[in-house]
Amino acid sequence: MKTAIIEKVNFSKENDHTEIHQEHVHRDDMGAKIGMWLFLLTELLLFGGLFILYMAYRFQYSSSFILAARELNVGIGALNTIILLTSSLTMALAIVAIQKNKKILSMILISATIIFALLFMVNKYFEWSAKIGHGLYPNSPTLLDKEKGEIIFFGLYYTMTGLHGLHVIIGVTLLAVMLVSLKKNNTRSDKYVRLENAGLYWHLVDLIWIFLFPLFYLIH
Amino acid sequence: MENVQEIQQEHHSGYGAYVLIWLTLIGLTILTVSVAGFELGKLTLVVALGIAAIKSGLVINIFMHVKYDDKIFKFFIGVALMILMVAFVFTSLDVFFR
Amino acid sequence: MTNPETHSNYVSYLDYQGKHKGIWAWLMSTDHKRIGLMYLSGIILFFLAGMTLGFLMRTEMLTHGKTIMDAQTYNAIFTLHGVIMIFLVIIPGIPAAFGNFFLPIQIGAKDVSFPRLNLFSFWLYMIGGILALSSLFLKGGPIDTGWTFYVPYSLRTNSNVSIALLAAFILGFSSILTGLNFVTTIHRLRAPGMGFFKMPLFIWALYSTAWIQIIATPVIGITIVLVIIERLLSIGIFDPALGGDPILFQHLFWIYSHPAVYIMILPAMGVVSEIIPTFTKRDIFGYKAIAFSSLAIAFIGYFVWAHHMFSSGMSDLSRMIFSLFTFLVAIPSGVKVFNWVATMYKGSIEPKVPFLFVMMFIFLFSIGGLTGLVLGSLSTNIHVHGTYFVVAHFHYVMFGGTVMIMFAALHYWFPKMFGKMYDEKRAKIAIAFIFVGFNMLYFTMFILGYMGMPRRYWDFLPEFQLGQTIATIGSYIMITGFLILIHNLAKALFKGKKAEQNPWGGSTLEWTIPSPPPIENFEEIPVITHGPYYFPSAKEAK
Repeated sequence: MKTAIIEKVNFSKENDHTEIHQEHVHRDDMGAKIGMWLFLLTELLLFGGLFILYMAYRFQYSSSFILAARELNVGIGALNTIILLTSSLTMALAIVAIQKNKKILSMILISATIIFALLFMVNKYFEWSAKIGHGLYPNSPTLLDKEKGEIIFFGLYYTMTGLHGLHVIIGVTLLAVMLVSLKKNNTRSDKYVRLENAGLYWHLVDLIWIFLFPLFYLIH
Repeated sequence: MENVQEIQQEHHSGYGAYVLIWLTLIGLTILTVSVAGFELGKLTLVVALGIAAIKSGLVINIFMHVKYDDKIFKFFIGVALMILMVAFVFTSLDVFFR
Repeated sequence: MTNPETHSNYVSYLDYQGKHKGIWAWLMSTDHKRIGLMYLSGIILFFLAGMTLGFLMRTEMLTHGKTIMDAQTYNAIFTLHGVIMIFLVIIPGIPAAFGNFFLPIQIGAKDVSFPRLNLFSFWLYMIGGILALSSLFLKGGPIDTGWTFYVPYSLRTNSNVSIALLAAFILGFSSILTGLNFVTTIHRLRAPGMGFFKMPLFIWALYSTAWIQIIATPVIGITIVLVIIERLLSIGIFDPALGGDPILFQHLFWIYSHPAVYIMILPAMGVVSEIIPTFTKRDIFGYKAIAFSSLAIAFIGYFVWAHHMFSSGMSDLSRMIFSLFTFLVAIPSGVKVFNWVATMYKGSIEPKVPFLFVMMFIFLFSIGGLTGLVLGSLSTNIHVHGTYFVVAHFHYVMFGGTVMIMFAALHYWFPKMFGKMYDEKRAKIAIAFIFVGFNMLYFTMFILGYMGMPRRYWDFLPEFQLGQTIATIGSYIMITGFLILIHNLAKALFKGKKAEQNPWGGSTLEWTIPSPPPIENFEEIPVITHGPYYFPSAKEAK
């Protein structure tokens, strides 16, 4: 049974490179990506639970939802959508840049992604504080006076956009770490799977917003 | 390891493709906002979700490279989406027919 | 725990000296074997804690009215018994302890794909466990909601629900990370020649389980977060006073918790598929059928969750559909049982300790499975819902199924893990105690439940006195058995005879390396040329 001759052959395309990459014998980019994707799927299901609740309550309280959605500003929502889509673009371009060994360009593009993300959060901050200024926050007297469907709408609105905002913050942190990693040459044109994974995470944040936007802002 | 990345690079030859996808995504966003202004009745939700699905398809396939990557990722995503659909459909069997 | 007789030519993982010393050499170790052992010790400790709580509950039910505690304490104790046994013992039981230890070895790898993540998920497990226990002692009082945390009561009670939920969230996260690690490992690190259909069936079971962990656990994660937010901020999502729908909580809860039942039982079935070929010296009957039935159970498991909610006010349509799908689960489960029995047919059976556990498992699990059909059909479900019948059913399945196999796995792999042999005769005596006590306790509960004894009640009507007494005595007999069992293993750990490399004549990869395994498992990564259950000498003997 033990007729093994090759030291490490678990990566079919890797076996003749083991000597070259002495410093990272255990490196498995494909494995790292699989791990990241599986993690993203858990995120998808996490938000999926919330979307199931949204579906049920939108069915139950469809008229109240339309009424409540009037309080949301389509303009800010659309602007934030465009900001996030653009940040996804700069993220994708940052990976192309590092593949072409353009470190500085890649760093600029990541910084741009971070700036867009922060812009998104600033918008979100103004949006939330305007709502809270109008007395629309969980358990507020104004909200409790409204119909039950509207209470639920704002409950879902704050939870879902809040959780999404939390993911934006985590994403920004990840990207900042990647920026340092690029600077220190720990991420470079022949070793960039971590940047790819950070990018995947960032695109997921965008993906979730793509669904949140029409479901909350575009109900008429 | 290197030959894997070479394979990847073949597909990622330019910035242009991404910009094109980005323009499409922005276009779709404008479309979904303006369509929401029309009186479509029950179709409103269907149209909005349809456009969102197209947009997410573009993001997943192009920005997240699933189109060019190993088939295994398509399989993974397929499994997760299918289970999610089951959860939606079976919950709606209760809440829509109560 | 050092082994003085270690071969000079290799360092076992127990003796290995890394850069950390003492207890940190364990707590900071990224070696999958050490992590597996740490999980195992945590799980056994929590099992003993849960068993103690069970002992207290049974003692309370010995007599009518107050026996040793008041009703509120009883509520807290059955809740904690459930939380500990489900989240800290059964769910991580086989995958985290034995999966971690044997998954890389059985596929011919040196470790899992992400060793540091593996250690992190162990840390999360410990933090979650400590939080769950601390909710007992902190201000606010122990949780009294039952392990299901049903709203709206869990929103209203002043007990430490938020802390317990946070613990469950952290444990869920740990479970997700373990699952993610296993799927990646199975895809990436199989030894050359080991195609998917040459993997041991334990690996197939772990693979299916890991997928459930990845896909289902996030749903409970968000549900828990929502209940915590609801308690803190009153967002209204689950609160009927604010327009929320408590039945949706139950949906989300069971979307996870039903597949979680398969997180609990699938790895056990995998272990059974390992033990039976070893002790019958036959190739497993219907390898692919068993492998695919694992996937099928994992898959169908997502279609049946609402059978826990037949009496909570769902639509009739969904009740009928969920009932129908529930019956379908019996098919892949039946496939497995028939294949196991067929494997034994004409095999040279050696009734060693692990095999006896497996026989006990098949018996108890069949009773548990068949009473599951009673619960799955709508009309009888209404009759026995919320009674001891349900309690007896899930103890037959989870305890008689998963926990028995956890101990089977422990006895099967003990010589490999520690390089020591235990006293088989004592273990067999313990099994006899457990078998008799188990059936006295839980079969009586079936009858009590059928007669109408509700679960979670602190008191009972006089006509249930006889049944309650028999059940309590049964529980004492069973606990005696477990104490003998654990004492026997603890003794073996320190004074046991040295175990050989392959004491049972098993054919999977873990038996090709020394006991206890060397730090990197394999000196040379093996090349796989045949299936996992290959007994050429047994064939020749015929």
